[in-house]
Amino acid sequence: MKYLPRLLMALGIIGLLLLFFFPMWKIILYAPQYPDGVEMHIYIDKIGGNSPGVLQNVNILNHYVGMKYIDPDAIPELQYFPYIIGALILLGAGALLWNRAPGYLIWTLLLIILGTIGMYDFYLWEYDYGHNLSPTAPIKIPGASFQPPLLGTKDILNFVAKSLPHIGGYGYGLAILMGGSAWWTRKKQ
Amino acid sequence: MKQHHVFSTLKLMAATILGIGLLSGCSQSAGNGGNSAALADDVASQVYVPPGEYDEFYAFMSGGFSGQVSVYGLPSGRMLKVIPVFSLDAEKGYGFNEETKPMLETSHGFIPWDDAHHPELSQTNGETDGRWLFINGNNTPRIARIDLTTFETAEIIEIPNSGGNHSSPFTTENTEYVVAGTRFGVPYPQQDVAIDSYAEKFKGTLSFISVDPEEGEMDLAFQVLLPAYDYDLAHSGKGKSHGWTFFTTYNTEEKSTLLEVNASQNDKDFIAAINWKKAEEYIAQGKFQEIPAQYAHNTYNEHTHMATSEMKETVRVLLPEECPGLVYFLPTPKSPHGVDVDPTGEYIVGNGKLSADMAVHSFSKVLEAIENESFETIIDGIPVLKYDEILAGIVEKPGLGPLHTEFDGKGNAYTTYFISSEIVKWKVETQEVLDRVPTYYSVGHLMIPGGDSRKPDGKYMVALNKITKDRYLPTGPELTHSAQLYDISGEKMKMLLDFPTIGEPHYAQGIAASKVMPNSKKFYPIEENEHPYRTLGEKDTRVERDGNIVHVYMTTIRSHFAPDNIEGIKVGDKVYFHVTNLEQDWDVPHGLAIMGANNAELLIMPGQTETLLWEPDRVGVYPFYCTDFCSALHQEMQGYVRVSPQSSDIELSWRLGEDEPVQ
Repeated sequence: MKYLPRLLMALGIIGLLLLFFFPMWKIILYAPQYPDGVEMHIYIDKIGGNSPGVLQNVNILNHYVGMKYIDPDAIPELQYFPYIIGALILLGAGALLWNRAPGYLIWTLLLIILGTIGMYDFYLWEYDYGHNLSPTAPIKIPGASFQPPLLGTKDILNFVAKSLPHIGGYGYGLAILMGGSAWWTRKKQ
Repeated sequence: MKQHHVFSTLKLMAATILGIGLLSGCSQSAGNGGNSAALADDVASQVYVPPGEYDEFYAFMSGGFSGQVSVYGLPSGRMLKVIPVFSLDAEKGYGFNEETKPMLETSHGFIPWDDAHHPELSQTNGETDGRWLFINGNNTPRIARIDLTTFETAEIIEIPNSGGNHSSPFTTENTEYVVAGTRFGVPYPQQDVAIDSYAEKFKGTLSFISVDPEEGEMDLAFQVLLPAYDYDLAHSGKGKSHGWTFFTTYNTEEKSTLLEVNASQNDKDFIAAINWKKAEEYIAQGKFQEIPAQYAHNTYNEHTHMATSEMKETVRVLLPEECPGLVYFLPTPKSPHGVDVDPTGEYIVGNGKLSADMAVHSFSKVLEAIENESFETIIDGIPVLKYDEILAGIVEKPGLGPLHTEFDGKGNAYTTYFISSEIVKWKVETQEVLDRVPTYYSVGHLMIPGGDSRKPDGKYMVALNKITKDRYLPTGPELTHSAQLYDISGEKMKMLLDFPTIGEPHYAQGIAASKVMPNSKKFYPIEENEHPYRTLGEKDTRVERDGNIVHVYMTTIRSHFAPDNIEGIKVGDKVYFHVTNLEQDWDVPHGLAIMGANNAELLIMPGQTETLLWEPDRVGVYPFYCTDFCSALHQEMQGYVRVSPQSSDIELSWRLGEDEPVQ
């Protein structure tokens, strides 16, 4: 099918567009007092949750053990992430118009590299929040770390913390998959 | 009023009759010995709701002379909440904080108590819809509306030209109106006259209060002026009888003294049938009198979190003489208490309290009699229909002292008998008695969820008992009242459970939890807070002085007040603590209590602002603290106010911590 690579690439671009509408990541905290969980949503440009007030509630919980106040304005990534994603979409569109296998490959590799850097950056933030504790914290637990998991589930004191991609994150994954498929099918033609 | 006067006599009668064991059809043995045999083995599992699981029904029980409404779960009988309505509630600061004080305003000024009798759920197409609960205040005539998204009192309207608002607030099929009828005749207009002039100068009014279909706001649409009978209870027609409301009367003798004898002489009193659709026509034609009347209308605004009280000046009154077809009297034996309309709307049961038999009227026959102008007589322009022509049938000697009837939607009626302390099940169409069960003791109202609507949920029935005697561990001279739960899903009624209630569980309403639960609010969104003294963040907290008035703009969040140290307050100041709870999480209220406050605590829901007035009367440093156990650091949620002499020149200052605020 002649148009298949372009079609796949278009799907990949749509995957990236999802990031402008849906969170890329979610961290859910469960405890007996929070039967529905406190579900924090990380967007490319803001931090929200499954109900208004989630960020405030996470900060309230965190302050007992002296974790830093999560202030979206103090996280520069949330300022420039939209531009990076926007640039990737433009590059993807360029690759689609050019419709050559190397274009698709470079785009896909770029996504993988940036995604990996992003995850590492996410890990650094988590490490910082989990370890950089206030010396005046009301509750101090020697040796304890409050770093949430990068991916998956982890027990943190009385909480079970879950860290998983949200729709936007899956959209990014889809973009990588589609970019790779576009490259593969274009190469076969 | 705990009971009607006449009941005291009846109670004595009952005790005598029970004592000599003559009462047939009522063979229960008194006391705890009687019930264990009455309970089948599987009963415990029928009322057991495992920890963490929900009840199937909400039951809203009036607190009677407590003035409040209590919320229970059925079938477990677990109490979930007490909603303050007509009485002060220090626990919630209701009537004590500045925001809710206007809710208790009346034309007589601030009234801290009332006697709340009949909860009534709003209906759509004759079915309970779970939006609002109305309840009457008896003593200083009022009707309240409770919002079932917040379970808080949203509105209270006073009823003028009334005394003892008992036949209230029964609803029409689509909550077009809730009604209010005066139990005590009063001079009309109220004036200084001899009590002996009762029959000439006194009148009875029946009021129709319209309810806004969207917002629920109440408005006194019109009153119907009637003879000074005692208008005891009411129910509106449904289905074919939609458009009519029926009120029972007693004291058609029009006496003002020793009513237990003097108001019990006529063999038949009346059910007043009001054609309110006709009333609407007369109102539209302008055939009403605009009468001066003072009555308060109080509304609570969920966004400003404040109540306002407005005084109304006039009321529209319809006179039966000028409005033919508006009112008819249905003769009914004898001093009928409840009037209950079956789910089809055809049968109108007059629970003749002092009658041996119970009359059931037919709505079709009522219409026919009106059509044929088959009147016995005419009183003050009101035609009295012929008893024999409107009767559907008689329930013969079912028990003693019938008070109230509810329906199961399967063609059966259930009537309470106060004197013989039992509930009798009978078939509506044939008036044949099917079953009877004892109650412990002296049942007044009964409740089947939806049992006074077009669609009853005929699974459970609750008896609301006035007397418990030996049923529970004794608690001194004052004993609890009780509710008793019965399974009515089978042919025979079966007692499942009894449980104590607050105040007097006068009447109740029940509704499937699924109609209410999904709409229950978890907190108030802070961005919708329009309180004039709100503080939307800790950076805005401050203290301002205006003469001797001090406004403290304070916030709460786990686990501190902002500010928590205040200096520069002086003896004689009026200090208003306007506390905004910044929490946006479910079930995280904060409280505020300050030493020496002459009112109560504040209990502030997430996103809400409430105000406590504190008038320090002596020099010193006084602590305040959070009263609702909010978090692991709740005990640390405290602060101080320094009070200096009036002459002192200490500047106002405030702070939270030595460092930057947490937030």
